[in-house]
Amino acid sequence: MPKSLPPSQLIPRLLAGDRLALSRAISRVEDGGDNARELLAGVFPHTGRGHLIGITGAPGTGKSTLVTGLVQAYRAAGLTVAVLAVDPTSPFTGGALLGDRVRMSKLSGDAGVFVRSMATRGSLGGLAGATADALLLLDAAGYERILIETVGVGQAEVEIAGTAHTTVVVEAPGLGDEVQAIKAGVLEIADIFVVNKADRPGVERTVGALELMLHMADGTPRQLFHHGQLLEVAAAPLEDESDGWQVQVFKTVAASGGGIPEVMAEIERHRLWLAENGRLAARERLRMARSVEQIVQAELLRRLRAALPADSLAELVEEVAARSLDPYAAAEQILDRMG
Amino acid sequence: MADRKIRILVAKPGLDGHDRGAKVVARALRDAGFEVIYTGIRQTPAMIAEAALQEDVDVVGLSILSGAHMTLCPKVVDLLRGQGQDDVTVLVGGIIPDEDVAPLQAAGVQGVFGPGTSTQDIIEFIRTAVI
Repeated sequence: MPKSLPPSQLIPRLLAGDRLALSRAISRVEDGGDNARELLAGVFPHTGRGHLIGITGAPGTGKSTLVTGLVQAYRAAGLTVAVLAVDPTSPFTGGALLGDRVRMSKLSGDAGVFVRSMATRGSLGGLAGATADALLLLDAAGYERILIETVGVGQAEVEIAGTAHTTVVVEAPGLGDEVQAIKAGVLEIADIFVVNKADRPGVERTVGALELMLHMADGTPRQLFHHGQLLEVAAAPLEDESDGWQVQVFKTVAASGGGIPEVMAEIERHRLWLAENGRLAARERLRMARSVEQIVQAELLRRLRAALPADSLAELVEEVAARSLDPYAAAEQILDRMG
Repeated sequence: MADRKIRILVAKPGLDGHDRGAKVVARALRDAGFEVIYTGIRQTPAMIAEAALQEDVDVVGLSILSGAHMTLCPKVVDLLRGQGQDDVTVLVGGIIPDEDVAPLQAAGVQGVFGPGTSTQDIIEFIRTAVI
């Protein structure tokens, strides 16, 4: 199959389950342009079947090993699985070293599994710019569960929550204290918490910190001793009465498979919970709105760059650098020229 | 295809576990702006061909120090071609005796790099081979 096979020939092959066609199609959407658009238009009516599961967490918490365990569990349950593993692109050279397959070699030789590594190519937020498009292709190719492993994230890379149906946040013992657990960001997006490497010391402290944070969030009244005094902690009001999903903390030792079946069962429980009362449809509408908005943003920026002579932008930047123009005024001028 | 990135699979087939050379090359290729998919040690030819297919790579780089290159390299090439990956370039690096170079090339291995090869030579080779 030549690398340059046109979308019109790739689409039917991809839909028929041809793995090479799928793989080549993912590269096309990563590269962008008209081919990407034609491919996505062709597969879009065939999407919306796979359940998208995001796996995120700090570097070294064991995301790849957990993903491997989950894929094996899903395969044992008879479901086909695709994995999209995202790693960072160097902002300096544009190169990337994608190493998640090293810990996934156990998945080799199974036609019901498809693993793809993806570089962020300059995108922040823990995912690649083309992640959502690649997910559409994997979905159209018929994979029933699609796991997305984000780059090792810090605190604010929450893009996965707007991309996946179920978000699993992975922690490991010894990475942070109770204050880390109540910070805003990654910890707020979890549908499921996993404390991996649960055979290491400090696991109960990590689990305890997460559970404390969750109880503060879910409005359960509590009593605690503080400097020898019994304090009553009042129940916080629930933000949304209908949104009654209880986030729970699971312990795993992914390297030996410990705790994996329970995490899989919880993901499936969340999937069924979403399917009730139109929650999934509501989430899908949010996802689609976000997706359309992103495309509009990117396209507007592209058209703006195409419409502006390259040196006129440089001139404006010079003026801003010389403090003779402020950045907002410069932006205004650019937008005015666009009309 | 303005943004087309060259993707390279770096794999270590066979049973020897010395992957230092493979890692050095992988890093040099990353620094040259390529996307490098590193698969680690003890890969079978079937695992390598499957990974190359899923990752849609332009180049498969094999690192072999065990002396098994005359068996392993042609197997990888045959598996790739059998899957329809006709335009994937195969390279091998490692301890390859001079007399094996021509037979390897005849078997479809486009580049053979012995000890002492500079990573720059490999980068140039890839830039020329993948258009």
